[in-house]
Amino acid sequence: MPLERSQVKHIASLARIGLTEDEVQLFGEQLSQILEQFEVLNELDTTGVTPTGHAGGLQSVMREDLAQDSLDSEDVLKNAPRREGEFFRVNAVLEE
Amino acid sequence: MAELNWLSIQEAHAQLTSRQISSVELTQACLDRIEAIEDQVQSFLTLTPDIALAQAEKADRMLAAGEGGPLTGVPVQIKDVMCTEGVLTTCASRMLENFVPVYNATVVEKLMGQGAVMLGKGNMDEFAMGSSCENSAFHPTRNPWDLDRVPGGSSGGAAASVASGETIYALGSDTGGSVRQPAALCGVVGLKPTYGLVSRYGLIAFASSLDQIGPVGRTVADCALVLNAIAGHDPRDATSVAQEPKDYSASLGQDIKGLRLGVPEEYFVDGMDPGTRKAVEEALATLEGLGASVRPVSLPTTRYALACYYIIAPSECSANLARYDGVKYGYSYQDTDDLWEAMEKTREYGFGPEVTRRVMLGTYALSSGYYDAYYLKAQQARTLIRQDFDRVFQEVDALVTPTSPVTAFKIGEKIGDPVQMYLIDVCTLPVNIAGLPGLSVPCGFSEGLPVGMQLIGPHFSEETLLRTAHAYEAATQWSDARPPL
Repeated sequence: MPLERSQVKHIASLARIGLTEDEVQLFGEQLSQILEQFEVLNELDTTGVTPTGHAGGLQSVMREDLAQDSLDSEDVLKNAPRREGEFFRVNAVLEE
Repeated sequence: MAELNWLSIQEAHAQLTSRQISSVELTQACLDRIEAIEDQVQSFLTLTPDIALAQAEKADRMLAAGEGGPLTGVPVQIKDVMCTEGVLTTCASRMLENFVPVYNATVVEKLMGQGAVMLGKGNMDEFAMGSSCENSAFHPTRNPWDLDRVPGGSSGGAAASVASGETIYALGSDTGGSVRQPAALCGVVGLKPTYGLVSRYGLIAFASSLDQIGPVGRTVADCALVLNAIAGHDPRDATSVAQEPKDYSASLGQDIKGLRLGVPEEYFVDGMDPGTRKAVEEALATLEGLGASVRPVSLPTTRYALACYYIIAPSECSANLARYDGVKYGYSYQDTDDLWEAMEKTREYGFGPEVTRRVMLGTYALSSGYYDAYYLKAQQARTLIRQDFDRVFQEVDALVTPTSPVTAFKIGEKIGDPVQMYLIDVCTLPVNIAGLPGLSVPCGFSEGLPVGMQLIGPHFSEETLLRTAHAYEAATQWSDARPPL
């Protein structure tokens, strides 16, 4: 079933990506075609099959809880688009 | 001092340690080749000649002191998805156009520790998403065998630079075929190691349960040498596996008598290029001639792999790429005081169409109401695909398939049709889904374009794959072929 324009806009807002009206149309068509390819999975009986998140086979990996050096804060801030002293500067999160 | 840039790592190492040549001469030969042809091939995003020559001088001092290893003084191109301290790392994205990492990826650190020489950073599809290198935000790379064609992707720069003699070897990354497919399309060797064998620390994440770094070289032996240098446990990557270090070069040269090879019929897909089919069938005959037994096997879940992959990889990508919010690093839209608008504009401008498509696809697959139908279902399919491989590996030591169902296609031919582009990876992505090692080795030509044969083995069977490919390579001359450039 093709995606509605409203669905495409909803997905884009969840993903926090701005789209032009033309892009809503284009991505709607393309995503619908891709989703159609996924229908083949319905043929597959997966009743009781354990999902695989990871093919590596490792379980929870533990390490000693030791204090270690991390990156220098000056280094961490080097690529900051906006900074103020020791901080990343962001737009207001909470409105008055 | 002709054509030093065409030496293999092995040959270069021999000449460097005997002081027949210096690393500076070898590096200069690569830089001269780059100077001559890079405007046609465009395999690099950033060139670092000054760093390369300084590292070459340092390597020459190491070699003079009798220090170093097989990679000391040997030039390498590094895919622009791996962090290089102080050197621009863009991931071929406008999002990271000005990003300069403050640390090295573990693999880069390991190469530098051996005295490697970095020529620059390799072009790729943006955030490693693509099969043609056309998704690079900066420029496409061209196939050295035909400049009107793609080099494959996403590690297109790696394969094109090795194939055209701009570098001795390269490091790529492979999430669904991104090392093996471009290696096949450019006529060079590419290895995707077992998931967890090589540290992903400092590899910019695309799909964390699938991503793996691997070498691209002109010979199988070269890939083994690079794997020796980059494999191993890293506490900074919790998914890296603690294993006894192996010498992957040790078994090269041994015969493959009695080796059991399986040929999964499902990988010889409808619409496959006839010349590719013929080349792989001839390669199978050669392998039989070398003493391997070849039998048909079946992997019935193969038909679900594409859907499984294109749910899992975009889902993981949508989570991983949530970090690009314009706050900590990367492009940041600032013409607004509104938090959400800034974020949406940042991502709208920063991401190209394929990345946007995949982030949206993954967001949809993970969203409320669709999670079970898509993401959970795909993870269950992943289990069945893995079990299929486990079952055939009871009967055979390795599988032989085409790496790509088609040879290099024309630039622009498939870029407008995502589904057609995704189908290109149909033979490589099941390997990532199951976390297996896969290797592509040149096995001939179809209408003048290189064809790759893929070897797939059980987890941590790199030695078998390398030994088999090496025996095949020694019995044929495909790896000696050079593009007419």
